Amino acid sequence: MIRFEKRLSPSRATTIITPIIAVILTMIAGGIMFALLGKPPLEAIRIIFWDPLFDPTFASYSRPQLLVKAGPLILIAIGLSIGFKAGIWNIGAEGQYIMGAIFGAAAALAFFPAESALIFPLMVISGALGGWLWAMIPAILRAKFKTNEILVSLMLVYVAESILASVAQGLLKNPDGYGFPGSRNLQQYPSAFNAEVIANSGMHWGVISAFMAVIFTYVMMTRHIRGFEVRLLGEAPKAAQFAGVSTTRLTIFCLGFSGALAGLAGMFEVSGPAGQITIDFNSGYGFTAIIVAFLGRLHPVGILMAGLLMALTYIGGELAQLMLGLPGASIQLFQGMLLLFLLATDVFTNYRIRIGVAH
Amino acid sequence: MTDMLLDIKGLTKAYPGVVANNDVSFEINRGEVHALLGENGAGKSTLVKMIYGLVKPDSGSMTLNGDEFSPASPNDARSGGVAMVFQHFSLFDALSVAENIALGMDNSPKPRELAKSIREVSQAYGLPLEPNRIVGTLSAGERQRVEIIRCLLQNPKLLIMDEPTSVLTPQEVDILFKTLRQLKAEGTAILYISHKLEEIRALCDTATILRHGEKVDTCIPAQTTARNMAEMMVGASFANPIRSNRSIGHTILSVRALSTKAADPFGTSLHNIHFELKAGEILGIGGVAGNGQDELLAVLSGEVQSQPEAISFKGKPVGHCGPNKRREIGILSAPEQRLGHAAAPAMSLKENTVITAARRMTLVQNGFINWKVTDEFSKNIIADFDVRTPGTDTPAGSLSGGNLQKFVVGREVLQNPEVLIINQPTWGVDAAAAASIRQKLLDLANRGASVIVISQDLDELLEISDRFCALNEGRLSEILPSAGLELDQIGLMMGGSSDRVQETSP
Repeated sequence: MIRFEKRLSPSRATTIITPIIAVILTMIAGGIMFALLGKPPLEAIRIIFWDPLFDPTFASYSRPQLLVKAGPLILIAIGLSIGFKAGIWNIGAEGQYIMGAIFGAAAALAFFPAESALIFPLMVISGALGGWLWAMIPAILRAKFKTNEILVSLMLVYVAESILASVAQGLLKNPDGYGFPGSRNLQQYPSAFNAEVIANSGMHWGVISAFMAVIFTYVMMTRHIRGFEVRLLGEAPKAAQFAGVSTTRLTIFCLGFSGALAGLAGMFEVSGPAGQITIDFNSGYGFTAIIVAFLGRLHPVGILMAGLLMALTYIGGELAQLMLGLPGASIQLFQGMLLLFLLATDVFTNYRIRIGVAH
Repeated sequence: MTDMLLDIKGLTKAYPGVVANNDVSFEINRGEVHALLGENGAGKSTLVKMIYGLVKPDSGSMTLNGDEFSPASPNDARSGGVAMVFQHFSLFDALSVAENIALGMDNSPKPRELAKSIREVSQAYGLPLEPNRIVGTLSAGERQRVEIIRCLLQNPKLLIMDEPTSVLTPQEVDILFKTLRQLKAEGTAILYISHKLEEIRALCDTATILRHGEKVDTCIPAQTTARNMAEMMVGASFANPIRSNRSIGHTILSVRALSTKAADPFGTSLHNIHFELKAGEILGIGGVAGNGQDELLAVLSGEVQSQPEAISFKGKPVGHCGPNKRREIGILSAPEQRLGHAAAPAMSLKENTVITAARRMTLVQNGFINWKVTDEFSKNIIADFDVRTPGTDTPAGSLSGGNLQKFVVGREVLQNPEVLIINQPTWGVDAAAAASIRQKLLDLANRGASVIVISQDLDELLEISDRFCALNEGRLSEILPSAGLELDQIGLMMGGSSDRVQETSP
C-alpha cells in the first residue's frame, strides 16, 4: 500500500527540486501528447524549451521577447504574491493592468506633443495610481462591508475591459487615426516611449522595474515588519490579531501594492511593446501572473524563475505552432500540464510517500 | 482469571523519530476503574488509540474476554464492546442531542425510539439530558453527557475516558463519578486518563504509569500519595512552587462595568465585569470552559476593544487601546490556545518572538526586524524557561505542548510586564513543567508585577492566587481571598449561585 505521511517540517530540498521534476514530467506527458498528435515529440520539446534561447536563427528574436513577456508577468505576480501570502486574493490584476495602461497613456496623451523629461516619470506615477485605485475598490468594500475580494476584483476586470473599449473608441482615440479605434502610438512620441534600455535586449523599464520589485519584495518579506505581518496574517490570523496587526490596514496594503504593480506593468506595456491603447490591448497577463505567482511558490526569486519559464513556454509554443503546425490548443494544454504537475509535486514538500503496510 | 477483560501484551508502536509505546503490558479486569497516568508525550493517547482501533500496533497483542482482539477501526472496537469519550468533543453545535448521537451510531434507530432510549439511559445513570436540545446551547458538562450517553447506548464492556473532568465544576465531577461508580458496579471496566491525581486517588482501583512510552510502574492510588504518583510519572522529584510573603501595592489595573457582545452566536458575552488589581497581586479567575474566559482575555489584551473608561491602567483609560499600545505601557497577555493564537505553528520560535516582543524589546528599528537581537532574546527565553528545542529556527508547531507553553509564558514574563494576563498557563503541561511555570508567575508577582491567572485548574488557582473569583456565563462572581476558601463555596461561585444569592438578598 502506498500512503502519504506528513513530514515533521517542510523539506527545503524538495521545495527546490519539485519544480524541476514537474518540468521533466511535463516534458514526458507533453511529449506523449505531441506523439499522439503525430508530431515528433523530442523535436517539439526542443523547439519549445531550447530553440528560443539557443537556436541561431530564432534566438536573436526570441531572447528579447523572453524578457518582454516575462517582465509584466513577474511584476504583476510579485504584487499578487504578497496578498496571497496574507490570504488576500486579488484575482483582478488583469483589470488593474488595464487601468494602469489607460492612466499611463492618458497622462502622456494629455501633454502630446510637448516633449519633456518629466512626462515619463509622470506616466509611471499615473500608471501605478490607476492600478492602485482600481484595487482600492475591492479593498475598501472588503474592509467596510466584508465583501469577498475575489469576486469584486474579478468582476472589475470586465468593467475595466469595457472602459478600455470605450476609451479606445472615444476619449483616447487618435484624432489623426482616420476613425480607427485606438490611441496614438506612444512609440512615436519620444517623451512617452518606453524604449529598450539596451538595444535588442528586450530590456525596457518595465523589465528593470520587475527586477527591482523582486529585490524590494525579498527584503520586505524577510527583514521588514510589514512583510512579517503579511506572513503572520496568512499563517495564523488569530496570532496576527494578537500581534496587533490590523487586518483592514493590511488588506488595503496588499491589494494596493498588487494593484499598483499591475498598473505599472500595464503602463510599461502600453508605452513600450504595445505602443497604443487598443480594444484588445490586454492579453491575459493579469491572469497568467496568478499562475506564475504559485509556480514561484510565492517566493520572489521563485517568481522570477517562474515568470521566465512561463514566458519561454509562450514563445516556444508559438514557435512550435509555426514550425510543426501544432494546434494552439495543444500548447495551452502543455502549459496546463506544467501547472498541474507543479501543484501535484508540491504535495511532497509537506508529505513523503511510504510504501508498505499501514501501521 | 475469569475477571480479566482486556489483556495487553507487549504493545509497541513507533513513529518516525519517536517510540510512542515500547513493550507495554497490563490488564484490565471487569468492573475495574483503571487509571492511565503519564506526562504529556508519555504515550497515553497512542496506547488508547491502539485499544480503540485508531492506530495499529507494530507488535504485541491484546485479548478481550479471552479472544484475540486486534481492532482495525473504531467500528471494530465498538462492536467488541470498547467505547471512548474523547477529551475534545466531536459534536455539531447546530444539531440536537439526539441527532448528534444518531450520527455517531453505526445503525441508528428511529428518532422517536432513540429519544426514548436516551431518556432511559440518562435517567438510569443520573445524567439528566433532554434529547431535543440543540447542542450549541449546552454547557461543557452537558456536552460531555452527550458523549457519555452516546457510548452507553452501545452497552460497552470497556469505557475509555480521556481527561473527562477538565471541563467540569466540582459538583459536575461528583455527578460523573457517581455514574462511573454505577457502571463499575454493573461490571463495566473503565480506563481513565487524567492529570488530576487526587481524582484518581478517589476513583481508581489501579493505576498504570507510563513514562517515555514505557510502563514504569503500577500502583493502587488509594494507598499512595498524589505527590508519589507525580514523581513516578516524571521519574524525579521536583519542587513545589514556593509562595513568599510579598507586599501588595496600590491599585494598578481597574475594570469597571465592562461588557462586550459575543461576536458569534455560540460565543459568550461579558456582563458588567468589575474588579481591581493591585501591584504584586495574583488574581485567580476560575470557571468552567466557555463561560467567557477567552472573551475576557481578548478584552484585557486589547484584541477586542471596549469603552476607554471600562479598563484603566494606573488611572488612565486604556479600554480603546490595541494590543501593541497595551504592551508598550506594560500590559502583556498570553491566550489559552497556543497554536494559532499565541504562536504561529509554521513559523520559527525566533519569528514567534516578534509577535509580542517587537516593540517592548525593540526588536524592530525603523520598521526593520533586527534578527540578531531577536535571536538573542529567543535564546534567553529558551534558556530561562528550559524550553526543549533544537534551536530558535525550529517551527513552533513541532514543539510539544508543554515546551511551547513554556516558550509562550517565557516570552511574556521576560518582557517584564507590569500586568500579565494569562489564560490556562499550565494546560496540558506535565507536573514538573507546570510547577516551574507557577513558580515563574509567583516570582514575577514578587518583583511587584500583577498577574491575572485564568484557569480551569482549581488546585492551581488556590496554590498561587491571592484572591479568587469565577466566571459564569460571562459574569464575574464576587472576589474572595483564596486562603481558606472551601471547595463547596468555589463550586457555587463557578455555578453562578453566589451572585444570585447576592442579588436576591437585600
